[in-house]
Amino acid sequence: MTDAATEPDKITGPTPDNALRAADRADEGPVLAADGTPLKQSLNRALRAQKLRALALIAPLLIFVLVSFIAPIGDMLFRSVENQIVSETLPRTVRALADYDAASEEVPSDEVFEAAYYDLFYAAERKEHTRLGSRLNYEMTGASSMFRKSGRGVDDIGEVYQDQFEDLDANWDEARPWAELMGDPDWIAAQEAWDGEGDMPEFELRSDIAEVLPRAANSYEIFARYMQSEEGDSPLEEEPWSVVHTALYQDLSTGDVSGYDGPRAEMLQAADELVATPEFETISFRDGFEEIDEDWVEPEIWRTIKTYSPAFTSGYFLNSVDMQKTPDGPALRDEDERIYGLLFQRTMFMSLVITFSCILLGYPIAYLLSNLPSSKANLLMILVLLPFWTSLLVRTSAWKVMLQQQGVINDVLVWLGMVADDGRLVMINNQFGTIVAMTHILLPFMILPMYSVMSTIPPSYVRAAKSLGATNWTSFWRVYFPQSVPGIGAGSILVFILSIGYYITPEIVGGTSGIFISNRIAYHISSSLNWGLAAALGTILLVVVLALYWAYDRIVGIDNVKLGG
Amino acid sequence: MEDKRNKSAEITGSSFLPDSSHTDAFVEFDRVQKSYDGVQLVVKDLNLNMPKGEFLTMLGPSGSGKTTCLMMLAGFETATHGDIRLDGKPINNIPPHKRGIGMVFQNYALFPHMTIAENLSFPLEVRKIGKSDRETKVKRALDMVEMGAFGGRRPAQLSGGQQQRIALARALVFEPELVLMDEPLGALDKQLREKMQFEITDLAHRLGITVVYVTHDQTEALTMSDRVAVFDDGRIQQLAAPDELYERPQNSFVAQFIGENNTMEGTVREIKGETCVVQLDDGGLIDAVPVNVTKVGERTRVSIRPERVEINKDRLQEGAHTLKAEVLEFVYMGDIFRTRLRVAGNDEFVIKTRNAPDQVRLEPGTEIEIGWLPEDCRALDAPN
Repeated sequence: MTDAATEPDKITGPTPDNALRAADRADEGPVLAADGTPLKQSLNRALRAQKLRALALIAPLLIFVLVSFIAPIGDMLFRSVENQIVSETLPRTVRALADYDAASEEVPSDEVFEAAYYDLFYAAERKEHTRLGSRLNYEMTGASSMFRKSGRGVDDIGEVYQDQFEDLDANWDEARPWAELMGDPDWIAAQEAWDGEGDMPEFELRSDIAEVLPRAANSYEIFARYMQSEEGDSPLEEEPWSVVHTALYQDLSTGDVSGYDGPRAEMLQAADELVATPEFETISFRDGFEEIDEDWVEPEIWRTIKTYSPAFTSGYFLNSVDMQKTPDGPALRDEDERIYGLLFQRTMFMSLVITFSCILLGYPIAYLLSNLPSSKANLLMILVLLPFWTSLLVRTSAWKVMLQQQGVINDVLVWLGMVADDGRLVMINNQFGTIVAMTHILLPFMILPMYSVMSTIPPSYVRAAKSLGATNWTSFWRVYFPQSVPGIGAGSILVFILSIGYYITPEIVGGTSGIFISNRIAYHISSSLNWGLAAALGTILLVVVLALYWAYDRIVGIDNVKLGG
Repeated sequence: MEDKRNKSAEITGSSFLPDSSHTDAFVEFDRVQKSYDGVQLVVKDLNLNMPKGEFLTMLGPSGSGKTTCLMMLAGFETATHGDIRLDGKPINNIPPHKRGIGMVFQNYALFPHMTIAENLSFPLEVRKIGKSDRETKVKRALDMVEMGAFGGRRPAQLSGGQQQRIALARALVFEPELVLMDEPLGALDKQLREKMQFEITDLAHRLGITVVYVTHDQTEALTMSDRVAVFDDGRIQQLAAPDELYERPQNSFVAQFIGENNTMEGTVREIKGETCVVQLDDGGLIDAVPVNVTKVGERTRVSIRPERVEINKDRLQEGAHTLKAEVLEFVYMGDIFRTRLRVAGNDEFVIKTRNAPDQVRLEPGTEIEIGWLPEDCRALDAPN
């Protein structure tokens, strides 16, 4: 024998050796195509058309997936940090709270109450205050009812002034005088000429009124525009909200209208005189709020509003990991309020148990399948696939029938005398039931990849091992098993990722101790309507799965995962 | 080594018949039968004796039972009936891993998840051989097949020929006395195969191991083996040294299966000791050696190798029978000329002549006369 191992094989045909040598040669310098351009470049050009064609072929599916899958998921994930509702509903309050020290145990200044009054009034008119109430209720129990009450109660503050102005002059309760006081004469003419067709001429403030009555003008403008756009009513015919009277009082008590000589000057000046008299009844915003709900004069609600005033918040995520935002930064919740950490742990643990049970039950079946003659293997494969052809709900409900205390298994055990009639086993509405049902449901996902990997392992490997002196067990464990590991890996990833997000089965057979994090997400989506928290929990779940996938890739190598071939 | 070859040659003549009293047989099949389905016998009454150190090839078309025989010897199939003995001891009930037989598989069956060194060390590990001993033996085995530098690689990183060498080294590393090879060169290209044929026989003779080699490639069988067992229909049709097999086939299957062959059918007209006269179906008379014919009037099929047909009448014996032939086709093949003739109504009669300076090139359409030495033409069994 010559030094054949290192010498070329002396073969001109395509052999692995020759291919390797050819590849080595190719690395020596840029290979040129016939026209002198680098070969790589002309190859790329040739491949471009092919790539475009491939792209065109997948484009319909890509667009479908983007629109129906990626975009909604992205939107959902965005909800986990989105928090514009506070700053949009209470813009003035958020601005006024800018200097408020949330850590102090004090109630904020009167300006904050004033801002909150205007914000709440407008929000209540737009019926947005209850939504904000629900949002803040996630962070502070009771916020929802506070806001609902306040929506009704803020009217009381304005009515104090409204009533007194009306008593002075019934015109203060009429639509027309207000419109003349505030509106631009051209706008009034246009509004009067409007025949009910098309868009209403948009309300315009009179040029100088904002200087004389800044708050009232602003307030009236908001009212008038709201009437026009939301209600479709003419401001000429609608008496203004009580908030406008409050604003008027504030303007009169601070400003000077004696120089005013526009329309309705006497009416305004008379009101100014009334406000100046000591008999004029006033109420501070703070007292008004206290009257609505005493919680308004506690610091907690203000702290909550201040904490959640930014447009983006980490609050949902902190909630998802049993923490909360405090003025001193994130802090762990009280022991008895922590649920999500436990749920995540339980979801992971049960998914692992389910995956492991699937491996234990699936491996022998996959082994048998891959070693049977194909006619018998096909029959067995049908049995494996049978669950796929049955509705998931039916299978899960069947487990309910099997496992419940008056169910088939307990009846048989009682009949056999193995279990006393009053000591029937509790096998459902707990972790056991969930694990049993989900192992059964996910088993095919374990068997199929295992089978397709095992059926590619030639029997000659095990024979070779035996001929080399290995016992049946050694040849299985040292030769067959390592080659079937990619199948186990693929099946485990599939089953684990499926089970970590499973919802229906734990919902039906899980009771309270057997539910998964996904059930909690579903609860927040459909019952508590706390979508932000649901999105945050979902994001964490997604990140956990991706992290596990990454870890698997690092440890086992994703190239080792084979679903077939 | 030399005397081992002589010994195998000695046995050649007599071993076709069952001989269970043969005491120095190393591998012995004794009336072995095998059926997979209980209806058909895949192996029918197999008797075979192999002395130590012999290189025996089982040759036959697919489905002839040769691989089944190998698998029974390795222990992966059990014999339905009969005994298989190794070194005098029956091994029917010994599981494969205790038989101590090395085996090389068709697709090498190198464990893909182990390096080359781990593959080689595997049979030693399961035999609980110490680490340092293992390393020495692995190194020696790798050096033996000239693959010493490849211990750290994985099988997939080697070419077919290199994998083949490793498979061989792995089958030999635990020093078995018997090595089975199941078409080990089937996946290699032609030139590499020829090189490996030489390497395997060289190694086998150098180490003095007994080899049972299965192939369907007759060239491989003829060039490598001490003896060849030609399988067909579950039986050994002939067990003989390569030259014997080629030149003196015992029946028409062997004659057809080994090498190129011209056959003609006819009836025995005369038997005179070592020669006989056969009348072909179109009336022509030829000389032949009676092999499977015993009496005048019997139907027979005569067989003659293309290179033994003589076109030069001067070289024939006095009074030899000749046949008329028409040249149909002449093919120049370099070292030889291959001429196709019509002889006795058979269009496929081929003769091969050496490309020598004085050799005539037969033009298609010419009429010639052909003949042969009587011992080159064998009167075999007639087809049923």
